[in-house]
Amino acid sequence: MTEFYREYLAVAVLIGAALALVGLMLGVGKLIRPVRPQADKYITYEAGSDPVGGWGQSNVRYYVYALLFVIFDVEAVFIFPWAVGLEPLGIFGLVEMVVFILILVLGLVYAWRKGVLRWA
Amino acid sequence: MMLALEIGWGTTLAIKTLVVLTIIPLGALILGYTFLLKMMSHMQSRLGPMDPGGFHGWFQLVGDGLKFLQKEDIMPAQADRKVFAMAPAVVVLSTFLIFAVIPMGPDLVVENLDVGIFYALAVSSLSVVGVLMAGWSSANKFALLSALRSAAQLIAYELPLLLATVGVIIQAGTLNLQEIVLAQQNGAIFGWSGIGDPFILTQFVGFTLFLVAAQAELSQTPFDMPVAESELVSGYMVEYTGFRFLFFFIGEFGTAFAFAAIAATLFLGGWSIPGVTGDMANILGPFVLFAKLMAVAFLMFWVRFTYPRLREDQLQSLAWKVLIPIGLINILITGILKVAI
Repeated sequence: MTEFYREYLAVAVLIGAALALVGLMLGVGKLIRPVRPQADKYITYEAGSDPVGGWGQSNVRYYVYALLFVIFDVEAVFIFPWAVGLEPLGIFGLVEMVVFILILVLGLVYAWRKGVLRWA
Repeated sequence: MMLALEIGWGTTLAIKTLVVLTIIPLGALILGYTFLLKMMSHMQSRLGPMDPGGFHGWFQLVGDGLKFLQKEDIMPAQADRKVFAMAPAVVVLSTFLIFAVIPMGPDLVVENLDVGIFYALAVSSLSVVGVLMAGWSSANKFALLSALRSAAQLIAYELPLLLATVGVIIQAGTLNLQEIVLAQQNGAIFGWSGIGDPFILTQFVGFTLFLVAAQAELSQTPFDMPVAESELVSGYMVEYTGFRFLFFFIGEFGTAFAFAAIAATLFLGGWSIPGVTGDMANILGPFVLFAKLMAVAFLMFWVRFTYPRLREDQLQSLAWKVLIPIGLINILITGILKVAI
C-alpha cells in the first residue's frame, strides 16, 4: 500500500469508528430505555393539534439559491489550486485570476440585478 | 518524533482513532458546559442551570445526560424509517471526519493530508445531507421547513467560509494544515519575526469572515433561523428523542469545537507558541491549541448569547450581498500584495 492510500485509510477507519460509536450508543440505549408503546405517541407533532394533510410544502426560492450555490461553489473550487500556486505563477497567475474573479462578480451582479437575491 | 517511530502505523492509527473518539464527545461537553450552561447563565441571568448540585450547578450536565438515557425511542408512524434512523449518524460522521486533519502538535495529527483544509471544509458540509435527511424523513411540516432553511443557509455561508480561507492559503502557499501552522511560526510581519506571523494580523478580514460564516454554518444565534425554537420548535430535530437527539447535540457542539480549532489553526498559529519547538511542542501543543480554540469559541458563543435573530431574507442577503463580495475583494488584495511584495 502506498503512502497516499494509507493516508486515506485513516479517513476510512474514522468513518468506521464513527458508525461503530453511533451503533454502540444506540445499542446501550436500547438496553436501558423504557418501551411503552401507545398509538398516540407516534402521531406527527404539530404543536398539539391533529396533523393536517401529509407532507409539507415549501418555497421554490430555496431551489434558486441552490442553483446559484452550485455555480459559485464550483468556481470557488478553481480558486484553491491557484491560491496554492500563486508564488511560482507570479504576475501571470494574478492577472488570470483577476479576470476569473471579475467574471464571477459579473455573474453575481447579473443575478442581483435580475432580482434572484430578493426574497419576496 | 521518537514516540511515533517505535510502533507500527496500524497501532498508531488505532490509538489516534481512540483519541478522536474521546475528544469529540469531550469537546462537545466542554463547550456545552462552559459556554451554553455557565456563560449563558451569567450573561442572560438564567437561574436554572446554576442550581442543580449546589456549587454553580455542576450537576446540570450529568442530569441532562441521565435524562437522555431514560427517554423512550419514538419514531413517528409516518416517518421514512430508514432515512430517519440514518440521519443522526450522518451528522455525527461529518463531525468525526473534520478531526482527522487538525494538528495538535508537530507530530500529533491523525493524518496530515496534503489537501488538509480543503478536506476539512468538504467533510464539514456533509452535515447538510444529514440535516436534509432528518427534516425530510420526519414527515413533519416544521421539520421540513427547518431542513430547507438550514440547507439554504449552510450552502449560502459555505462560500464566505471557503473565500475566507483562501487568503490564508495564498499567504501560506499550501493547503496542508501542518504547513500552515509552520508558515505562521516561521513567518515575519514586514521583516519582524519576533512572534512569527499569526495570520489574524495580516488576514483580519478573513478571520472576521470566517467567524461570521462559521456562526451561520453552526446555526448559532444571529443565524439560528432553521432551529428557531419560538416558531419551528427546534426544527429538523423535532421528532427525535433520546439518544438520536443526543447525536444532533454532539454533532452541533462537536462541530463548533472543530470550527474553533480550525479557526485557531488558520489564524492564531494553531499549536505553536513562540520559542517552543521539537518534543516540547508535542507536549505543550494540545494545551496551546485548546487555549486558543476556547478563546475563539468564547467569541462565537458571546455573539450567540447577545444578538437577536436575523430574518430569513436578511440572512440570505447578508451572505450574497455583503460577505461574498468582501471575500472576493479580500482574495484579490491578498493576491496582489503577495505578488507585489
